[in-house]
Amino acid sequence: MPLTYIRYELLRTLRNRRFFLLSLGFPLVLFFLIAGPNHNVHDFDSTGVSAPLYFMIGLASFGTMGAMLSSGARIAGERAVGWNRQLRISPLSPRAYFRVKVLTGYMMAIISLLALYAAGISLGVSLTADQWLKMTGLMLVGLVPFAALGITIGHMLTPDSVGPAMGGSISLLAFLGGTWFPIPHHGFLHDIGQYIPSYWLVQASHVAVGGRPWSGMGWIVIAGWTVILSLVAARAYRRDTGRV
Amino acid sequence: MSSPAVVEPRVTGSRSEIELRGLVKSFSGREGPIRAVRGIDVAISAGETVALLGPNGAGKSTTIDMLLGLLEPDEGTVSVFGRSPSQAVAEGAIGGMLQTGQLIRDLSVRELVAMMASLYPAPLAVDEALGIAGIEEIANQRTQKLSGGQTQRVRFAVALVSDPRLLVLDEPTVALDVEGRHAFWTAMRAFAARGKTVVFATHYLEEADAYADRAVLMAHGEIVADGPTTEIRARVGTRTIRATLPGVELEALEGLEGVSSVERRGAAAVMRCGDSDAAIRALLQAYPQARDIEIAAAGLEEAFLELTSDGAGT
Repeated sequence: MPLTYIRYELLRTLRNRRFFLLSLGFPLVLFFLIAGPNHNVHDFDSTGVSAPLYFMIGLASFGTMGAMLSSGARIAGERAVGWNRQLRISPLSPRAYFRVKVLTGYMMAIISLLALYAAGISLGVSLTADQWLKMTGLMLVGLVPFAALGITIGHMLTPDSVGPAMGGSISLLAFLGGTWFPIPHHGFLHDIGQYIPSYWLVQASHVAVGGRPWSGMGWIVIAGWTVILSLVAARAYRRDTGRV
Repeated sequence: MSSPAVVEPRVTGSRSEIELRGLVKSFSGREGPIRAVRGIDVAISAGETVALLGPNGAGKSTTIDMLLGLLEPDEGTVSVFGRSPSQAVAEGAIGGMLQTGQLIRDLSVRELVAMMASLYPAPLAVDEALGIAGIEEIANQRTQKLSGGQTQRVRFAVALVSDPRLLVLDEPTVALDVEGRHAFWTAMRAFAARGKTVVFATHYLEEADAYADRAVLMAHGEIVADGPTTEIRARVGTRTIRATLPGVELEALEGLEGVSSVERRGAAAVMRCGDSDAAIRALLQAYPQARDIEIAAAGLEEAFLELTSDGAGT
């Protein structure tokens, strides 16, 4: 692992304050706007989960997806200034390059997650240590395909188009995953949702409070998307050797 | 078609460390394929500083991208220290400064150089690299707050901090003013003096002349001349003399010593000269009435056109 390299990459990401505060702040503001008025609802929409917990996880999925996909925006920016080509003539292997990008995405995601947990607690979310850990673990697993999606976007799009592409895909994935309202147990949205990785992010909250478990379906969907998107990301990276 | 002005690749005593053999590369364009590089052979020995010289569109950057392993040639092979370019890159043997490029933001100059140094097996100390590139005084500035010249020198430090055996620079001074250029080349010389092999692309004849041991001239994807810069300078260093000479026959001027061709532009005659010193002496002796005399170096573009056009090589 290129540790010094990773350290500077993380430092660089944290120093970009505007980017950092916006990607962190937006989910927080939305959380308080949506969950604030409902903070006394203990069984939100018969999900068995309180409204603050539901939206804490809903917006955590929204925020962490954004954090993972933000690698794409950074990669697109680096490509635009020719830095990607500079890295390709260094001994940094593609594998190590991907690892660094995934780690940076995870760092942003964990910060976003912790901020939302703090916001959730302030509105009365209360879980046991075991529940927090289980929930967090599942969220982190569920984010793997988004890491690959971020890298794919970064190597296929320009800085001009990466913003709308990210915004659009996050909104759609959040909608289909149940960030804004619970996905019904049956019907069209449920049928689609099951195949979408963001749905399983939101489901992590139910698992934590002992509701329906993350079924085998959840693991299969996440693993499937991880494999597919990793292959696409690797292909996008290989094809992207030219001058931008 | 007369024989093109090609000097055979120089045969040197030492073994070639870098070899480009029969390289061909085309890109697809709107009007059919663009043949960027059309079969070139170059052999470079250890410690040489070689300029890849040519006008825009000559195929220099494509050649350099193949040398660095960023592009796969359609035909031919590249060997760097007996390895493929990507192997040499993976071992940290090549330092490169690509043509287009800025720096990534949100790091100080020192941090950026240290970050890149950490990827190599035996890098220079960061301060040493900053010293060679002449950027100690901006070491703590953020990379997004540098001038164009400073950015180029930081990119240079990034290329050399790995202490590479081969340093490749693609038009490193293209955006710099005269002073910035001078500072840049001074730094390059300091690094080359450590026994490094340096290949740089440029479209400035003066840069090749001043800073390289040898120039490889490219035009239209082919090598049109390859040799010591003194030889190249003689070859493309034609000058033109322009003078107002009313009533003088062009044929008479063509007979003057040192003049290779003449054309009329209004009242003035423009003489292309192989030896402008001899030509001006002969001209003034024969035609003391000549006035408004200008002597100018032929542009490199022009020299290339002459070297590559039919009937060239005079």
